[in-house]
Amino acid sequence: MRHLLSTGDLSREQAVTILDTAAAMAATQAREIKKLPTLRGRTVVNLFFEDSTRTRISFETAAKRLSADVINFSAKGSSVSKGESLKDTAQTLQAMGADAVVIRHHASGAPHRLAASRWTDGAVVNAGDGTHQHPTQALLDAYTLRRHLIGLHGGADPTGRDLDGLRVAIVGDVLHSRVARSNVQLLHTLGAQVTLVAPPTLLPVGVESWTADVSYHLDEVLAQGPDAVMMLRVQRERMGGGGFFPSPWEYTRGYGLDARRLAQLPEHTIVMHPGPMNRGLEISADAADSPRSVVVEQVANGVAVRMAVLYLVLSGQDQTAGDLVAGQIGAHA
Amino acid sequence: MTTTLITGARLLGEDVADVLVEDGRIAAIGATATAARHDVVVPADGLVMLPGLVDLHTHLREPGREDAETIWSGTRAAALGGFTCVHAMANTNPVQDTAGVVEQVWRLGRDAGWVDVHPVGAVTVGLAGTQLAELGAMAASAARVRIFSDDGKCVHDPVVMRRALEYAKAFDGVIAQHSQEPGLTASSQMHEGIVSAELGLTGWPAVAEEAIIARDVLLAGHVGSRLHVLHLSTAGSVDIVRWAKARGIDVTAEATPHHLFLTDELVRGYDPVFKVNPPLRTAADVEAVRAGLADGTIDTVGTDHAPHPREDKDCEWAAAAFGMTGLETALSVVQAAMVDTGRMTWADVARVMSFTPAAIGRVADQGRPIEVGEPANLTLVDPAARRVVTAQDQATASLNTPFGGMELPGRVVATFLHGRATVLEGRLVEHEGARR
Ligand SMILES: [Zn+2]
Repeated sequence: MRHLLSTGDLSREQAVTILDTAAAMAATQAREIKKLPTLRGRTVVNLFFEDSTRTRISFETAAKRLSADVINFSAKGSSVSKGESLKDTAQTLQAMGADAVVIRHHASGAPHRLAASRWTDGAVVNAGDGTHQHPTQALLDAYTLRRHLIGLHGGADPTGRDLDGLRVAIVGDVLHSRVARSNVQLLHTLGAQVTLVAPPTLLPVGVESWTADVSYHLDEVLAQGPDAVMMLRVQRERMGGGGFFPSPWEYTRGYGLDARRLAQLPEHTIVMHPGPMNRGLEISADAADSPRSVVVEQVANGVAVRMAVLYLVLSGQDQTAGDLVAGQIGAHA
Repeated sequence: MTTTLITGARLLGEDVADVLVEDGRIAAIGATATAARHDVVVPADGLVMLPGLVDLHTHLREPGREDAETIWSGTRAAALGGFTCVHAMANTNPVQDTAGVVEQVWRLGRDAGWVDVHPVGAVTVGLAGTQLAELGAMAASAARVRIFSDDGKCVHDPVVMRRALEYAKAFDGVIAQHSQEPGLTASSQMHEGIVSAELGLTGWPAVAEEAIIARDVLLAGHVGSRLHVLHLSTAGSVDIVRWAKARGIDVTAEATPHHLFLTDELVRGYDPVFKVNPPLRTAADVEAVRAGLADGTIDTVGTDHAPHPREDKDCEWAAAAFGMTGLETALSVVQAAMVDTGRMTWADVARVMSFTPAAIGRVADQGRPIEVGEPANLTLVDPAARRVVTAQDQATASLNTPFGGMELPGRVVATFLHGRATVLEGRLVEHEGARR
């Protein structure tokens, strides 16, 4: 894996490899000394043109636990905010010897430009671009789904398994969501059945070509007993004059996950949210804090998945190294 | 002045005849020409002779954006593309919204001497869409403006559009509309459809173009004025124009080479060289635009040559400027899309790239038939040639061709402007008296 730009680029085998590698990484994180020497001497740059403390910290933690040197380059307080172009910034990072560039950008496709332009030789990892993709979020969601729901009834080890047969509802602002786009592609690749639930104004024209079912009615979808319900963040700016929905209350009535809806779900169904949550809008406190909610665990899994991704792009490997699975991760030159 | 004998060309791709050019005019055709005294022979066996091409839609960028193009560099590109006349769009800085600015552009074009430059006048002051510019003064100026357009922006206010259509009747002007409903296209980045949904780029829906065209043809019909629809790009737009023509409305429409040839699938790589307004549409739209051009619903091919400096394309998609260069590839693209596919003859190409545009622009001495006594604005094209487009090798000052690396058919071998060769053997012919 040279870069990670979109979950649409991943084969089933590659995706499972990432999940298995993440599982091996997570196993090492249960130890007292969490730091592995794997990426010693390699430089990972977090290039953030858009504020996201959570995602940046997650990548930073992942890189540091693999002993990589980390440079945080954020638009705030740097030359980027003074109008320096993506190209110039990339070339600066190239001069600093970045082996991997983790990029978050408000423009869809910016990571593709970086990877295709040869402005940098480094591996490019997309940490969220505009309303396009957020592949590591989808991978950590898939990892979380697999951990909770695969081998559910036998307690079997999910290693090597995909998400075949799982039914996942993704609810909310699909139109503006890179999390939704990444998940629709990845979960389909892994064999899950995705249903998108949103008011028609928050679905893109062209959604009919996606590998997902579409519904405008949350209650109908919940009545079918999905294995997981993933709530998307809805930004309050999306309403108001000529907005996407009439009022926050109407949105919550139609598409919010609250105690009543939670109670309709099968016992095994988990509730997910990429964060940060708008409590009281798309998710009520009851739902967010219920035992079904895996929101906090998603955050922890994010570090393991990002460790796996950084390891795989920087070691140039497409398969889980045997030593990794055994938990003896060595240094790769 | 030199007397030139052009031998062996197929006139409009049909019969072979020698053509004698003298004193800026066609002096003889056929046996009389062959026998006549001449100074220079231009052998043209196997070449197609067309009337010099006329573009109604060229952004020359001067004054204001000389870092992208100048009248000098843009008109040299035009000559190489087989053009003898271009209409310079009004979105310069300062805007071409007064007699003074249009006369400046017209003079710079004359001084350069590569093609006839006819400035387009702005419809509204500063292209702001609120107050009519002095259309009458521009029409009466030395530049004799007949085409008015806020291109780049849509004359969105229906009352302003109605007044402009009505007012231009007094001097036989035409309003050329950039049809884009602004509310429906706020922060739009590409055609709205399957590809935009996947790429997460804000959509520019077909309806935003079609709604304005529908309104404008009704307005033009109501007040009995001429309307020219610029860069029509969707299947629905073709239907609306076809309907309007059937009703007898005085509307003409333009397609660009890129909308005849490229689709929104190209956006998948996020290379801003494919970012243009209106955006590249679907394959079904391309097919409908080709069909519309072939059946006469679409009257002209206009390049919408839109040069941009490198930094405006060497960036992420959302930050990039809209527009593509096109003067040096237009004829090849039309050949590939329409002639080589058997949908149009070379005579049809002459119609859509020369005769009709000149008629719409009321340019008396361009887009004339290849007949004795007519002005010698002529283009020789080698339809059998093939070439790979290289941005760096073009005469335009900008690199933003979407055809870079593509192999296209046809090559302009020679261009004659009022009898003088501006291009011979595919190269510019420098001339004395040319002023930058
Ligand atoms: Zn335009």
